[in-house]
Amino acid sequence: MQKTLIAGAFALLALSTSAQAEKVKFEYWYGLTGQLGEQVQATCDRFNASQDTYEISCVSQGDYATALQNTIAAFRAKKHPTIVQGVEVSAPDLMLSGQVYPAYKLMEDHGIDIDWDSYFPGIANYYADSEGRLWSMPFNSSTAMMYWNVDAYKSIGRDEAPKTWEQYEQVLRELKEAGSACPAGYAPSSWVDLEQFSMVHGEPIATKNNGYDGLDAEVVFNTTLHAKHMKDIKRWIDEGLLVIKTRETGLSTRDAFAAGECAHYFGSIASHQAVTEQVGEGFLWDVAMLPVYEGTERKNSVVGGASLWTLSGKTEEQYRGAAEYFKFLAKPESAEFWSTVTGYIPVTDEGFDYLVKKGFYDERPYKGREKAIESLTYTPVTPLTRGIRLGSFVQIRAEWTSQMQAVLSSQKTPQEALDDAVERSNAMLRKFERTYAGKTLP
Amino acid sequence: MQKRAYFKANWLAYLFIAPQLLIIFVFFYWPASQAMYWAFTLEQPFGGGNQWVGLDNFKAVFSDETYWASIWRSIIFAVLSTGLAMSIALVLALFADRQLRGYRFFRVGMIWPYAIAAPAAALAFRFLFNPQSGVFAYLNTLSPGLWNPALSGVDAMTAIIITQAWKQVSYSFIFFLAGLQSIPRSLIEAGSMDGARVMRRMLDLQLPLLAPTIFFLLVINMTDSFTDSFGIVDILTEGGPARATELMVYKIYVDGFQGLDYSGAAAQSLVLMGLVILMTFFQFRFIERRVHYT
Repeated sequence: MQKTLIAGAFALLALSTSAQAEKVKFEYWYGLTGQLGEQVQATCDRFNASQDTYEISCVSQGDYATALQNTIAAFRAKKHPTIVQGVEVSAPDLMLSGQVYPAYKLMEDHGIDIDWDSYFPGIANYYADSEGRLWSMPFNSSTAMMYWNVDAYKSIGRDEAPKTWEQYEQVLRELKEAGSACPAGYAPSSWVDLEQFSMVHGEPIATKNNGYDGLDAEVVFNTTLHAKHMKDIKRWIDEGLLVIKTRETGLSTRDAFAAGECAHYFGSIASHQAVTEQVGEGFLWDVAMLPVYEGTERKNSVVGGASLWTLSGKTEEQYRGAAEYFKFLAKPESAEFWSTVTGYIPVTDEGFDYLVKKGFYDERPYKGREKAIESLTYTPVTPLTRGIRLGSFVQIRAEWTSQMQAVLSSQKTPQEALDDAVERSNAMLRKFERTYAGKTLP
Repeated sequence: MQKRAYFKANWLAYLFIAPQLLIIFVFFYWPASQAMYWAFTLEQPFGGGNQWVGLDNFKAVFSDETYWASIWRSIIFAVLSTGLAMSIALVLALFADRQLRGYRFFRVGMIWPYAIAAPAAALAFRFLFNPQSGVFAYLNTLSPGLWNPALSGVDAMTAIIITQAWKQVSYSFIFFLAGLQSIPRSLIEAGSMDGARVMRRMLDLQLPLLAPTIFFLLVINMTDSFTDSFGIVDILTEGGPARATELMVYKIYVDGFQGLDYSGAAAQSLVLMGLVILMTFFQFRFIERRVHYT
């Protein structure tokens, strides 16, 4: 017994020293900072501790946009990382770059079997090619939710979140009549107001199935239900039902909600953890799926957040390491760790079931996070709810936001602003199409 | 009748200037030539290929009304921030030069803000400009909503102009003070004896003698406002609200880096470079004539 123990210890020692000398190192650049960045670092440490052949070195690059910019710059100098974290809407840029080693192929080439069907369709489709094969590894995923103040609802004799925008307006009115200075905080968010809204209503954002069917797609959100929604939002602001909250005016919408100042907040489920910590024992709150307009059939919402992309030009050994890291992330234990320390959701059925069986969602503070899964899987994915595949979409988001700022300061009506946003966005799309002339989406 | 000194060039001279030339080449000519090339092509961000499109990028830029708006905005920003900075710096320098009580404090106290990086200054001003808790929040107690840079474009523009001016005051002050102190005391004293009062001495003696300094600072500050205001805009307003503070230099960043439109940004860079060269040329051509170097 003792002999084997000693032999084992020696073997371990030998293994670890030799491995230390020969560990295959590869880099991973991510676009998160603060608490979330620390947790990304923690997943890397967990991976490094789990085996001794590969060593991942994880480097924060600031936000998602900066991570992509830095990767491009590094790419041109041939000093790019093996893996980069890319925000959902940058998928077309990465797919067309010609410099991506698709995730499905990476795993195939290394004989690692991943049950791709286990990934939630609302998540996987965003990163899949036309044949449904995943080009990047889903990682931090979220979707938009409505955060509501349960205590404030009690004061107007309600105990349920509104399911429709009509009910929501009613709640706002009642809250205002009951003396609430801020029934809901508002700041324009393309992700919530345009993208998630259009998905849950099954409304198109662009032609060609939101761009999946070709680079010649055009945005059309000035003619859809989205236009009515923005008119309603403007009307609610004018009536004092929504109060504009931005970081520049003091508190962000999320902070204003967590401080108990505003009774609603629309944002990512990833904020669940942060709100939990901010509110503490302050008041009772909950999350609910985004409302839909009466007479429309609710569809699945879509993923937000980012996924991991493997880049070209690395050694076979480094790719092996990247594949091992993806395999590690696909484990339910990794999903549990990540979903506990952040508000992000598990990305697979397997991970979700694992957490459900462990009773993860039964009690506060994690209770409510399962509603994000419910929202993402509400209906099977349709061609209009699988995601957005439009070039320059980061710019289109900025354009939309800028136009909405003009609405908030009453320089334009919502319709004028949306018409202008569409016209300018389509010019960007044409330029993108021309830049990648001759190329097609995979 | 100009005298010029010529030195016989030998290998040692070239060796001495080689590092400088190398640095200029690597950090200026190389990237600048790259930008010039990109301005006439459509470049794929990852370098997968590009195509020659001639003047199309420039046509696109000049047919974009938001680009014209950013040009006018940059000019207004440059003129106002430079005017504000230079007049404040001049007044302060005159005080410091007259050796009023506390002039030593002025001198030291005025110089150190120059050592503060633009983003750090912008961050400090972000707190001052906060409409709820900042110093400017006082305006909102006079009339609610009077000061709100997140919603009002005019307020946001005011905020970046003040910050830029504040950044430039100390630099201008140093030069003004040096300029004033180089004016011979005997001239001022002679003026006094002739019965000229403070204002008269300033207008007829000090300012004309200070003209070269004023001209130099005008050129430097204007150029700086056009090309070096990025950090302030990025931290204070991010170009908003509704593009009200999107200066030319910031638009280059937004389109090029955030939008990955390298070609459009390269074309805009060339336009900006051209504008700064043109502006400097006009300043030398028309304003410098009024400047007399002693």
